[in-house]
Amino acid sequence: MTIPTDPTITPASDRTLLLHFGEDHSPEIQEAVFQLSHYLLNNSMEGILNIHPGYRSVMVTVDVEKKSIQAVQKNLQQVLKNARAMELPEPSVVDIPVLYGGQHGPDINKVAEHTGLSTEKVIALHSSGDFQVSFIGFTPGFPYISGMDEKLATPRLQNPRKRVPAGSIGIAGNQTGIYPSSTPGGWNLIGRTPLHIFDIQHPEKALLKMGDRITFKPITESEFERWQQT
Amino acid sequence: MSITVLKAGTQTIVQDLGRPGFAHLGISVSGAADAFSFRIGNQLVDNDPNTAALEITLTGGAYEFGSNAVIVITGSTFDAAIDGQPIGNWKGYNIEKDQCLQINSSRDGARCYVCVQGGFDVTPLLASRSTHLMTGLGGFGGRTLRKGDMLELGHASESQCAKMNNVNEIQGQLNRNKIRVTKGLEGDWFNDDTWNSFLKNQFTVSQAFSRMGIRLEGNVIESSKGNEILTQGVPLGAVQVPGNGQPIISFVEHQTTGGYPRIANVISADLCKVGQLKPGDRFQFALVSMAEAEQLYAEQMKIIHNLKAS
Repeated sequence: MTIPTDPTITPASDRTLLLHFGEDHSPEIQEAVFQLSHYLLNNSMEGILNIHPGYRSVMVTVDVEKKSIQAVQKNLQQVLKNARAMELPEPSVVDIPVLYGGQHGPDINKVAEHTGLSTEKVIALHSSGDFQVSFIGFTPGFPYISGMDEKLATPRLQNPRKRVPAGSIGIAGNQTGIYPSSTPGGWNLIGRTPLHIFDIQHPEKALLKMGDRITFKPITESEFERWQQT
Repeated sequence: MSITVLKAGTQTIVQDLGRPGFAHLGISVSGAADAFSFRIGNQLVDNDPNTAALEITLTGGAYEFGSNAVIVITGSTFDAAIDGQPIGNWKGYNIEKDQCLQINSSRDGARCYVCVQGGFDVTPLLASRSTHLMTGLGGFGGRTLRKGDMLELGHASESQCAKMNNVNEIQGQLNRNKIRVTKGLEGDWFNDDTWNSFLKNQFTVSQAFSRMGIRLEGNVIESSKGNEILTQGVPLGAVQVPGNGQPIISFVEHQTTGGYPRIANVISADLCKVGQLKPGDRFQFALVSMAEAEQLYAEQMKIIHNLKAS
């Protein structure tokens, strides 16, 4: 695997650098973002405090009291070479059991209406897709998941909910996501998983990591309850 | 060794310098909103720089001390007293067992810090005692202090408080009439006229001001290239411009990634001023170069280091 293009490295502020791999939506760019992120996370580099992966970019926060932004920028050139040569670990494949519709997926009819599909078809499309975690961002443990069938694309709610239960599965535009904790949210809720995908006390045990492949498996109400008890 | 909350303030939370290293999991750094005043406070009572203190916003409350302690208040000037005896900022005080520290309203900016020698001994989460209010994590139960809460204090070194001869210089660092920025990642999305308007006119801090972000009101800032970028990392202090053209400054509890274009970014040396902004404040942005920004932060750090030496 090689990084197709060298990223541009631009200061985003006087303490952050953005490494941007270009505007294309290609698997090569996704791979490059994974490689660089993995490399930076597994090889602690003096002067870097935080790593913010995105769809086509990685932003790093510099510890400016330890190292100048210029010095880090210079070191990143070598890091990019090393990352380019890095073999990515085989992605985990994670099955996410989902109880679709009903009280746990109150917007499934809205999605059906908007897309012109039956609710059965919405479930069938959502649960047959091959998804991948592009990165974790926004709030603690929130996975940005790519790969949803564009037929399911539905705009966000006009009025976001004040509280979305943890484990809710949502659709916003052509993205799908899982709420790791109970937060306000504006995505269309189509179902809910009984799994705890993220525990802030043990972030290293997060169910989903960058690069993981995901499949959603429809389950029944009684299965949902059984999962919850385990 | 503890203190008890007799009366809660608007938003009193336990803070340290934050929780770096977890942005890739969606966890922003948090930490003191005005890290400059926070650091000086710890310096004055001879604590390590990252020792947990109380961050007080707008109004302070009342706190009874269960043991003798050495305290200092830094940041904005609030009406503060020990058992009715007024006390000032930037100066160490001995407080005795059963005495009460009262902190009323601010006479100045949004926040002050109560640093106690030995610090506040809450259980660290991911190596930090900082409260992340938006997600309810860390600090004291992940929340604002309430009446009746009891907080343990750490071991005090019993050393002398440092003296400060440069209060004016320090207060100058907190003057929030002007907030300096560097050009943002999407700075080119805004044409010259928009930039002129952005720098010439004042902005007002709206009621929507939190540790996550500060919404501003003023002349509409219009992007010439759209209102959305593909989700990517958000830097601390990013001046984001959503579709309504009213900028939002991303602050210490900001979301780790986002999609608004960023016209500018507050320089590190002026993040302490952002931490002091309160609703109704009016200020102007000023553009500086990256090199100037780095220089200004180095100078600010020097003020803290010189304090150590004195």
